[in-house]
Amino acid sequence: MAEITAATLTTADGKPLKASLARAQARSRRRALFLVLPLLVFILVTFIFPIGQMLYRSIHNDAFSSNMPNLSAWFEATEPGTEPDEEAYAALAADFVLLRENRTAGEVGTRVNYDLSGARSLFTSTARKANGLEPPFKEAIIDADKDWDDPLLWQAMRSASSPYTLNFYLAAVDLTRDESGGIAAADKERQIYVQLFQRTFVLSALITFLTFVLGYPVAHLLATLPLRYSNLLMIFVLLPFWTSLLVRTTAWIVLLQQQGVINSTLVATGIIGDENRLAMIYNQAGTIIAMTHILLPFMVLPLYSVMRPIPPSYVRAARSLGASSWKAFRSVYFPLTVPGIAAGGLLVFILAVGYYITPALVGGASGQLISNLIAYHMQDSLNWSLAAALAAILLGVVLLLYWVYDRLIGIDNLKLG
Amino acid sequence: MKKTLILSTALVGLAAAASAQELTIISWGGAYGASQVEAYNKPFAEMKGVTVNMVDGDNPATPIKAMVEANNVSIDVADVELSDAVRLCDEGLLEVIDHDALPPAPDGTPATEDFVEGALFSECAVANIVWSTVYAYDASKYSGEAPSTMADFFDLERFPGKRGLRKAAKTNLEMALMADGVPAADVYDLLETDEGVDRAFAKLATIKDSVVWWEAGAQPPQLLADGEVSMTTAYNGRIFNAAISESKPFEIVWDGQVMDFDLFVVPKGAPHRDLAMEYIAFATDTQRLADQAKWISYGPARLSSGPLVGLYQDGKTEMGPHMPTAEANMANALVNNFEFWADNGTELEERFNAWLASN
Repeated sequence: MAEITAATLTTADGKPLKASLARAQARSRRRALFLVLPLLVFILVTFIFPIGQMLYRSIHNDAFSSNMPNLSAWFEATEPGTEPDEEAYAALAADFVLLRENRTAGEVGTRVNYDLSGARSLFTSTARKANGLEPPFKEAIIDADKDWDDPLLWQAMRSASSPYTLNFYLAAVDLTRDESGGIAAADKERQIYVQLFQRTFVLSALITFLTFVLGYPVAHLLATLPLRYSNLLMIFVLLPFWTSLLVRTTAWIVLLQQQGVINSTLVATGIIGDENRLAMIYNQAGTIIAMTHILLPFMVLPLYSVMRPIPPSYVRAARSLGASSWKAFRSVYFPLTVPGIAAGGLLVFILAVGYYITPALVGGASGQLISNLIAYHMQDSLNWSLAAALAAILLGVVLLLYWVYDRLIGIDNLKLG
Repeated sequence: MKKTLILSTALVGLAAAASAQELTIISWGGAYGASQVEAYNKPFAEMKGVTVNMVDGDNPATPIKAMVEANNVSIDVADVELSDAVRLCDEGLLEVIDHDALPPAPDGTPATEDFVEGALFSECAVANIVWSTVYAYDASKYSGEAPSTMADFFDLERFPGKRGLRKAAKTNLEMALMADGVPAADVYDLLETDEGVDRAFAKLATIKDSVVWWEAGAQPPQLLADGEVSMTTAYNGRIFNAAISESKPFEIVWDGQVMDFDLFVVPKGAPHRDLAMEYIAFATDTQRLADQAKWISYGPARLSSGPLVGLYQDGKTEMGPHMPTAEANMANALVNNFEFWADNGTELEERFNAWLASN
């Protein structure tokens, strides 16, 4: 019997098989890369790059440093906490001339205003007087507005003078900086974000649980009915899925409002009095009801796709071996559906964490989520850096949860269909 | 040959269509947007032979920053509130508008003197109307005593029922202080202090549990009509339209009204900047401003337009008494302090959001 070793294995043209195989595989890998290249570029350009750029804004804001070069240089040369001297005021006066020329006083003022309210008009009004400023500048500027003497203002300008800052992250978790630059809790009546993050995650978990409780029996029914019936029923799951989000949300307003269909029916049938109409909308209840309904298909579909291929004979076998129906369900059927629950739960939860339109429309005051505040800072207050910091924290927490989830259930144990 | 001819004619036709000027305006929609379409857009489109598109927004100021920063400005003219105009202008997001180029009044008064005070405050904006936030109630809900003062809005015992308020600190804080007995003239001085802000929030807290918050201007008349609220703050023109043209039993209470301007601005880098400037000059001339009052009860921003305001489009309602600027309505009126809001808006809105989210 001839001895065959790996070294002697060659292809027909005499090359070592191993090298030839590696070459062939490299070629097909290259070809595969070319096939996915358009997708890769698309994702980079439309997804990774804009998100990265937005997240960059949460630590980078150069509105102050790029428009106030002289004062920024003074801040860089001095220790934090240094009393502003004549040199500092001279730099400030020189920058004001620049601000006036470039019409950027509002931009700088707005940046400082993020940390200290009232700074915006201080900058714009002083910039209007910039050409009249004469040495000694300290007196001249404090004469123009006595607020320039405020140590809090100088602290705010110092922290704004560096284009890179973590202040927006501090603000996003209800912290701020005090006069000496140390970290302190924000005013009690302005603390909002931590509470909203908590609410967002608690409500999302609750909504995920509700979609599971409601969706599991439906998916089971769909999976066990004969195809011609289940296809018909499937339409009832898919139809709302295809309907516009706004339409579905507005439909809930019609149903749930105090003069709405449900309340009026309850009053007409005498179940509740006219003065005790239920408040089911413009509060947390509205957010939970509407979002549970809207996200339900995302739970039903993965569950269905996992349940459908489970042979009914498994449960029958368990029963014939003496298991009670509960025992058969718990030990045989349920474990087989876990990948569907995992997929549905993850989908619903992550979608719920970022939901924005539905809570805005039906959530009233108590049903607002963190995404509503992100939208507020993007659209109304125009403080994009804070919006980016909030979004980055949200993203970070979701990734963390995803990691924990992977540890507990295992991502490879997840089945979407 | 014939085919090529047809094809090339079609192409020329296409090219001509593409080069025809198109002006895109973003405004507030509803009855107000319709009044601008009727009074400004249609005559302007006819006069210049251009297409004028109208887009609606909850607040037309909000998309401007994103558009300008992304270098992708798709609107030419936006209709915004004064504090937003000042703020956007300060941030360098708007084109400067030459106020001297605006047409003079028919009697020759230059535009800069013809506009009411504050209407041309921002160099980036020209006001077209004076509007106000008032509160209105459903008369069918209060058959006995009817609410008549700002304090009545906050009085849940004498006037039970849900209240509608705009989901923002602006105007709510002012109204809360006026309801608490502060004269209109002292409101902003008081709001500059922490005690004043605390007092305003404390007053709002007395009705917080009965409030339905609205965001778009079209919502409050709807909330009143649905019976969701029995009283709501609203833009006066919206209530007027529901009451007069849709015969709803809505009554406006003018006590404690907060007046504001709506202004035209041009975002920096607008695709049809010059045409936009022409549009603004056209729309804010004496006749056009007076025409707009035919469609909605907002006061024209030019003094010379006042006498030209006539009847509502139904041909029988005299518009004069329905204007926020009518003398009888001005008894206890507050003019919105844009500078205060440009400065303190961020902080107060933040606190308002925190207050709203807390239980």
